[in-house]
Amino acid sequence: MGVTMDPLLVTATAGKDQPEKSRTTHPAKTQAKLRVVDLNFYYGKVQALHAISLDIAANRITALIGPSGCGKSTFLRSLNRMHEMVRHARAEGQILLDNQNALEMEVSQLRRRVGMVFQKSNPFPKSIFDNVAYGLRVNGLKGKGTLREAVERSLVRAALWDEVKDKLHKSAYAISGGQQQRLCIARALAVDPEVLLLDEPCSALDPIATAKIEELLFELKNQCTIVIVTHNMQQAARVADFTGFFLLGELIEFNETGIIFKTPAKKETEDYITGRFG
Amino acid sequence: MASTAVAVGGAPRPGRVRAFLLRLRSGDEIAHLITLIFASAIFLVTVLLVFELYRNSALAREKFGWQFFYSRTWDPVFEQFGALPFIFGTVVTSAVGLLMAVPLGVGAAIFLAEMAPARVSDALTFVIELLAAVPSVIYGLLAIFTLVPLLRTTVQPFLKRTLGFLPLFQGPAYGVGLLAAGLILAIMIVPFIVSISREVLLAVPVEQREAALALGATRWESTWKVVVPYARAGILGSIFLAMARALGETMAVTMVIGNDPKISSSLFAPGYSIAAVIANEFTEATGDLYVHALIELGLVLFILTIVLNGLARLLILATHRKGTAHP
Repeated sequence: MGVTMDPLLVTATAGKDQPEKSRTTHPAKTQAKLRVVDLNFYYGKVQALHAISLDIAANRITALIGPSGCGKSTFLRSLNRMHEMVRHARAEGQILLDNQNALEMEVSQLRRRVGMVFQKSNPFPKSIFDNVAYGLRVNGLKGKGTLREAVERSLVRAALWDEVKDKLHKSAYAISGGQQQRLCIARALAVDPEVLLLDEPCSALDPIATAKIEELLFELKNQCTIVIVTHNMQQAARVADFTGFFLLGELIEFNETGIIFKTPAKKETEDYITGRFG
Repeated sequence: MASTAVAVGGAPRPGRVRAFLLRLRSGDEIAHLITLIFASAIFLVTVLLVFELYRNSALAREKFGWQFFYSRTWDPVFEQFGALPFIFGTVVTSAVGLLMAVPLGVGAAIFLAEMAPARVSDALTFVIELLAAVPSVIYGLLAIFTLVPLLRTTVQPFLKRTLGFLPLFQGPAYGVGLLAAGLILAIMIVPFIVSISREVLLAVPVEQREAALALGATRWESTWKVVVPYARAGILGSIFLAMARALGETMAVTMVIGNDPKISSSLFAPGYSIAAVIANEFTEATGDLYVHALIELGLVLFILTIVLNGLARLLILATHRKGTAHP
């Protein structure tokens, strides 16, 4: 039911559509980091996702768009099995992370490899330092020197270091909302995830903070694979290499971002993008 | 009329009165006044309580002075009164109670809030809250008929055999005594700790759990290192409430503590608590000094509760600073 387009094939033909952008994908280097095959998702008896299949390209940004309740967040959360917190929620099908079945992996192991940043920034009520160090400590990293180094590295990667380096031991609630969200990104990056999932990370932020995070995502894609759910179509158009459009639990269309926004194949996609509904 | 007054005197007062009447009509002022009266009533009762305790203990205060706090004698016949054995009994039984109730209560709350299926959790919580409503005299009976014989025949001999080298577990096993009182207090205060701590744990935002889990924390790691610390202030609050209850508990303690104003290093020995001695001796108190000494004991209990609560609050503040949820 869901339409699958292999990103490999798509990029080969679509690359020239947007030569002005430096983020044009290089087909030769692109390969699937995550393969989702025929994923059905249920909340009790209600089916939330219908036979979703798609490949998420390594070191690329994949955006998922669609109206509220279309299942894009559910899909995102199933990628690192956060749905298991919800009673009676279950995923059927295959999610392959580097050809290993993510649905059967030890779950904390999976989440170490597939990190997540949430819609509402959710720092722990601890100091900035301890927030970033949390995941490291959980993963058994000890020693003041090593921790300090790792925390600094993560904050630098999240483009937050310069702003907080003098107040590492202040409460994480003492910094602005945008900084808190970047702190959450730094916290997720600290454990060196291979994939970073972002669930509407900018929906509570002002345009400047949003721009900072988008800039950050560009930097990060060299180091990990990024999947972002967003309500903001301009955001998807700005940052994503690939975009998937969800509607009523189905993946309507998945393609190179340029194609989705300029020449979508499906009428539903076009209607949504041009604002006729949603 | 008002306008002429303003014109003549230039005084702002009539205008103010009118504004007040206007606000009064809108209901805000009335609500403000009524709630203010309710709030001050609480304050007034507290002040009145302290004042009465202070006033009615004048004779004892004048006669014994500070000595009242550290004298070990309690001799109604020769009218020599000291509070120390009672303070000791109150503090020790409460400490024993808390020592057992806190791990048990917090552990049960964590299970109910984080691990048990919702239906089991709700059912158990209902039962636990029922326990909090059982009158203390019933707990006293339970202690007399079940706890005390069990202590005398089984628990105390066992403790003597295994930990008898500690001064805490020496002396004859009567059953009644500080240990029995501490145990029954533990049973009585556990429901408070469980039900409040559970509420506090359930109120921890789901985002906090998600954040920990998404970092690869196991369920237990997220509970123990994120959820519980987040709820710490509330859990400590439940413990203070339990402590206040334990300090003031009268009936059940009176029934099993042994009612002997002695200070002993052994938990097996009988003791006496402030609340118990007031309840036992007030009706028999002959002579003004005796009555005043008992009332001063009441004052001491009040002060003790305030001091311990204050210390506990300081403890919260001190530990709060590091991982402050509210800067």
